[in-house]
Amino acid sequence: MNNQPILQMRGVTKTFGGIFALNEVSFDLFESDILGIIGPNGSGKTTLVNCITGFIKMTYGEVLFRGKNISRRPAYKIADMGIARTFQIMRPYFSLPAYKNLVIPLFSPRAKRTGGWRGGGKLGDRNAVSIDILEEMGFERESYVPYKMASNLPTGYLKRLELARCLALKPEIILCDEVFSGLSMSEIASMVPLIERLQIEGITLIMIEHRLRELFQVANRVLVLNFGEKLIEGTPGEVMADKKVKEAYFGSEKVEEVETYA
Amino acid sequence: MEIGHRRKERLDRGVKVRTEGLYALMSWRELGYLTMPRLVLIIGMLILPLVMPSMYWQRVISIVCIYALLSLSFDFLAHFVGLVSLGGAFFIGSGGYIAAILNTILGLPPMVSIPISTLLGAVICTLFLFPCLPLRGVYFAIITLMFPLLLGRVIEALDILGGTDGILGVGSFTNSWVEQYFIILMVLFYLFGMRRLVNLDIGLVFRAVMDNDQAVRASGINLTYYKTVAVFIASSMGCLAGGYLAHIYMWAGLSMFALDFSILPIAATVIGGSGTLVGPVLGAFILVPISELLRAFGTLRIVFYALILLAFIVFRSEGIMVYGQRKYQQFEKWVKV
Ligand SMILES: Nc1ncnc2c1ncn2[C@@H]1O[C@H](COP(=O)(O)OP(=O)(O)OP(=O)(O)O)[C@@H](O)[C@H]1O
Ligand SMILES: [Mg+2]
Repeated sequence: MNNQPILQMRGVTKTFGGIFALNEVSFDLFESDILGIIGPNGSGKTTLVNCITGFIKMTYGEVLFRGKNISRRPAYKIADMGIARTFQIMRPYFSLPAYKNLVIPLFSPRAKRTGGWRGGGKLGDRNAVSIDILEEMGFERESYVPYKMASNLPTGYLKRLELARCLALKPEIILCDEVFSGLSMSEIASMVPLIERLQIEGITLIMIEHRLRELFQVANRVLVLNFGEKLIEGTPGEVMADKKVKEAYFGSEKVEEVETYA
Repeated sequence: MEIGHRRKERLDRGVKVRTEGLYALMSWRELGYLTMPRLVLIIGMLILPLVMPSMYWQRVISIVCIYALLSLSFDFLAHFVGLVSLGGAFFIGSGGYIAAILNTILGLPPMVSIPISTLLGAVICTLFLFPCLPLRGVYFAIITLMFPLLLGRVIEALDILGGTDGILGVGSFTNSWVEQYFIILMVLFYLFGMRRLVNLDIGLVFRAVMDNDQAVRASGINLTYYKTVAVFIASSMGCLAGGYLAHIYMWAGLSMFALDFSILPIAATVIGGSGTLVGPVLGAFILVPISELLRAFGTLRIVFYALILLAFIVFRSEGIMVYGQRKYQQFEKWVKV
């Protein structure tokens, strides 16, 4: 592991009309880490993703990416630097077939520049590359699924499509906003290896999840948010053992259940 | 032949393979099936000036083509980029005034002034619309409607550019055939060019901007840049039409900012079929002549016009083109079993 963090949050604060959605949140993210972020509903997890990726402007605080301050840059520039994100409410291009959905990120300046994709530039090639990426994300190449309209895809495939859209950018960091939610146990089980594969490929991940059991399988660090404040950060084991977390987040009856998972 | 030895099969059945736009041609017949509609359209448009009975109707063809360009521009922005633009009058006015100035002051002939007014006009329109690009839906529409009114008032109040009289004495085309074929070829060029463009990867980006702009931003793509490019392309069509109009009327004036140029393209798009690009052009070819024929009714014209529109919206809301396409794809042939 590298000593220089790839992403640093410095007192990131976001207020919505007096409500602190995020309050002085600071943490470091190291290369090839999988950082899990958990917290009750409305604790500011999505807001955190939005602040990092420039989709909303933070009230104050700063985000450093490889030492560079990116907190005032527009969203597309941040994505262009290699910070990709998924959306909690999935946002495919519904009027396009699944594989055409990936032509858009492949058309981006970053994809053209990093060009690691076979062929890269020319027309037609992008379609082939899309199918490759989709296959990597678990779309069966020989089936009709990659050619289906995104509006007809089931949730499981839409989540994969969200990840594939990120992957097309050859990102350094992917922020996943609840990719497991809404999926069945078996679907999640088939997603976990994909996530692990991304880590092996050297992509750093931030995963926001409510499904703690699956999250703790893959995450090596966990951060707990509550009312926009960082409650604790540590390894999954440390977080589980923390008393504040039990009180604030898990609630009394849920504790045993979660502990057995961890 | 006995029943049971042959059955009906849709003509396009063997033609379409798996995805839209990827064809496997097996015979001349299938090739004909695919190229026929295009050929009919191209040849039909090319012979139009020849079959028109009078100078008057030849002029109508030119006006039709102007509206066809505006409708194409509207359809592209509204249904492929997601910007509902009522900028027709703005584009026509900008293109028209620029061409008129170039011709009367610099003495440039139509074949030079029209291309310049196309590009320069598009640059100017894009610059004006640039600050409004983050606006969506009806807000963008209102702004685009406001600019021509604004410019018209400015010209009137400051009495610049000929004031209320307009710029007189703009040179005309030397030859009426050149005049008509120029604009017909331009319509065909833009029509097929736009159909090509929306199916390229950059066209997919435009459609993505319309579909879901947040995901486009998350893909590291500059939304504003692509919206700007789209507005430039669309306004270039309108400014071309405007420059041309100035030369056939030999005049540029305040009525170039008339609301008709903004509204009629929407009607043409509704009638022709939105999101088809060809539909709006056909829509213009139906609506404008009807409106000419209705001139006989004087002020009642607008009533008939509204009724025709209403009938279309109620009975064929999908538009002629979508309906026609569906029917065409349902053509069947007999095949041996
Ligand atoms: N655009 C907004 N305007 C006003 N308030 C907002 C906005 N976005 C979020 N909030 C508020 O900020 C707080 C944090 O919301 P956020 O969506 O970040 O929570 P979350 O942790 O992602 O919740 P969930 O688990 O339900 O996804 C909430 O109280 C929410 O109401
Ligand atoms: Mg959320």
